[in-house]
Amino acid sequence: MIDITMPRLSDTMEEGTIATWHKQVGDTVKVGDILCEIESDKATMEYEAYDAGTLAEIVVPAGQLVAIGTLIARLDNGKDSPTKPKAAAAAPVTAAPVAEAAPAPLPTSSAPAVTDAQSGVVASPLVRRLARERNLDLSGVQGSGPGGRIIRADLDKALPTHITEPARGAAMPMASGPLVDEKRGSQEIPFTSVRRVIARRLGESARSIPHFYVTASADAEALVTLRGQLNDRLAELGRTKVSINDLLVRACALALREHPLVNASFVSDNSATMLVHGRVNVGIAVASPNGLVVPVVTDADVKSVEEIGVEAKDLVKQASTKGLSIDQMSGGTFTISNLGMFGVEEFTAIINPPEGAILAVGGTKKEAVVVNDEIQIRHVMRYTLSADHRIIDGALAAQFLQTLGRLIENPVSLIL
Amino acid sequence: MTLMSYRQAIHDTLRAEMLRDENVMLMGEEIGVFEGSYKITAGLLAEFGEKRVRDTPIAEEGFTGAAIGAAMLGLRPVVELMTINFSLIAIDQIVNHAAKIYGMFGGQAKVPMVIRTPGGGGQQLGATHSQNIELYYAFVPGLKVVAPSTPADAKALMLAAIRDDDPVLFLENLALYNTKGEVPDHDEPAVIGKAKVTREGSHLTLIGYSRMAYVAKKIADQLADTDGLDIEVIDLCSLRPLDRATIVESVKKTSCAVVVEDDWLTYGIGAEVAATISDGAFDYLDAPVRRVAMAEVPMPYAKSLETAAIPSEDDVIKAIYETLNAVGFRRSKTGPHD
Repeated sequence: MIDITMPRLSDTMEEGTIATWHKQVGDTVKVGDILCEIESDKATMEYEAYDAGTLAEIVVPAGQLVAIGTLIARLDNGKDSPTKPKAAAAAPVTAAPVAEAAPAPLPTSSAPAVTDAQSGVVASPLVRRLARERNLDLSGVQGSGPGGRIIRADLDKALPTHITEPARGAAMPMASGPLVDEKRGSQEIPFTSVRRVIARRLGESARSIPHFYVTASADAEALVTLRGQLNDRLAELGRTKVSINDLLVRACALALREHPLVNASFVSDNSATMLVHGRVNVGIAVASPNGLVVPVVTDADVKSVEEIGVEAKDLVKQASTKGLSIDQMSGGTFTISNLGMFGVEEFTAIINPPEGAILAVGGTKKEAVVVNDEIQIRHVMRYTLSADHRIIDGALAAQFLQTLGRLIENPVSLIL
Repeated sequence: MTLMSYRQAIHDTLRAEMLRDENVMLMGEEIGVFEGSYKITAGLLAEFGEKRVRDTPIAEEGFTGAAIGAAMLGLRPVVELMTINFSLIAIDQIVNHAAKIYGMFGGQAKVPMVIRTPGGGGQQLGATHSQNIELYYAFVPGLKVVAPSTPADAKALMLAAIRDDDPVLFLENLALYNTKGEVPDHDEPAVIGKAKVTREGSHLTLIGYSRMAYVAKKIADQLADTDGLDIEVIDLCSLRPLDRATIVESVKKTSCAVVVEDDWLTYGIGAEVAATISDGAFDYLDAPVRRVAMAEVPMPYAKSLETAAIPSEDDVIKAIYETLNAVGFRRSKTGPHD
């Protein structure tokens, strides 16, 4: 008998939902057969069988969210296996009652501790104590000690990205209860995997990264004109049109190449170094049906605007149909978030860790602008850079925006 | 401070205490005319005379018992048992009399005596003469057991042992007699029951006593130089009372520990130390406590087998690295070997 457990499909994945079972109990399974589809924090992926046999038991039904490492099914390969502790199938992560009283030092009412006890997480006493004190969930942590034991070093490695603080900490308003309005009703909507990751990562980013914001505007008249000319020509040729955002991705990529220290990551408080990235991979914040996703245009500094346009269009389309792969969302070094299409003038964005900065872009619209002491009607674009002050200073951010402004106002350099 | 050997430190302290207090007297086999099998009592018969330096018959039970009686009546006898192996002949006197008289008879008589005796294998003395059985005494309430590893500690603990009103087993070690160290000139007794952190560190706690405390310190210093390791070393100094607080405090800091001992593993001092850590620092442990001890055999006579049976420095280093690996420690990149 072979235990099949919830796999880790991405380095940020902590739990996954069985989207559908392709095999049913009693079905014959060959190596490479698709057992089920698993929805992770980033994507839905097919899970192939590594062993042959007969599917003996489905422990976690479709639709249920469980921590990675949780037993999801058993495959009968004709051999007896030594009895293993039956795992945490009984402890689906979402099942913990949400309105539980706040401080929960005892394992009985806290979801992570239940998982810890029942799924046989092997962790050193030190790690268990730290998990207890900080209310950490160990189920997603990969142990590197003997026999897979989670040791202190794993915890250090995993913090802050892999360890969640459950949303029921003492200070969280959910714990107080009266938020639920009885008369008109409040609806409990379960978090999707994507929503959960957004909540955790951006919460962490806002809490731990000292953000600062620099706002500037650029005369986008030339950019709008250029885009018009480009698209007229592309339409003649029967090729895909480019958007203002595609031009902006290219502009940011070039500005990042000019200011490589903005294309950087803070590593950790204990690190003696910061990381400056050789590649310029620009993420585009996309509102997918499930929430925010950030597909990445890799090497945007060496791609033409047209290439970027084709790629971005494809990524956005895939995102809206939920088809982005983990690769397509990995490796970003900078993100652009554009809310211009919603009529937003300007806004600030939260940095997408481990990146060092994000550009929040408002709409390009006509304004009365003073040019050569005359009032003219021009297209103006406003944008705000959020930067991680641990690695980027105000002057650097300002210089970056200066370069970006120059590129927008002289857009020919974007297509050279 | 004066640089002297462990042997010299014990000799000088015995002499100084005999000069200070005329109730201090010595008893043992061959300690007078022959000046002791290990020459600890050299010159003392000549200086203090037969009344205070008594050569005894080869009868450990008899002269240990005689010393207990002398102590009950006000003397401060220091008995030499030629090796700890011979204490087995006197164990009834030590365990059933010296340790219990004060408690059993309502505190009417104290037993302020010292039993000096060396342990230590590795001298090809065979199975019956190569044992480290201090554990038998550390097991017994009513006794104190101290085990210095340096000349300075030998002096301070000998001062404390002679001046203590309880019977104290003073464990020496054949392999330490010729080791040298700075010894303070002042007359400051140690506090019995207090361990020493002989090297501060943060990566791992290495615990030993007697010869193994010496070995532990040496290895820690060496690994600091070669591998950039920062090992904390604890010399227990006293096996009863055991300084549990110092052990626990250290492991709370380092999260892992290796205990090294010259006796057998099973039921050994290391087991007691490991249990102490489990009691006091369980929630701080990132790896199980490791013990390095002697092979579980009567000590072989053949040199090669004897060497194999005794815990070596390599055994200790191996246990250190296995423990550090278990807590995910990577070798420092600053060491000269990298």
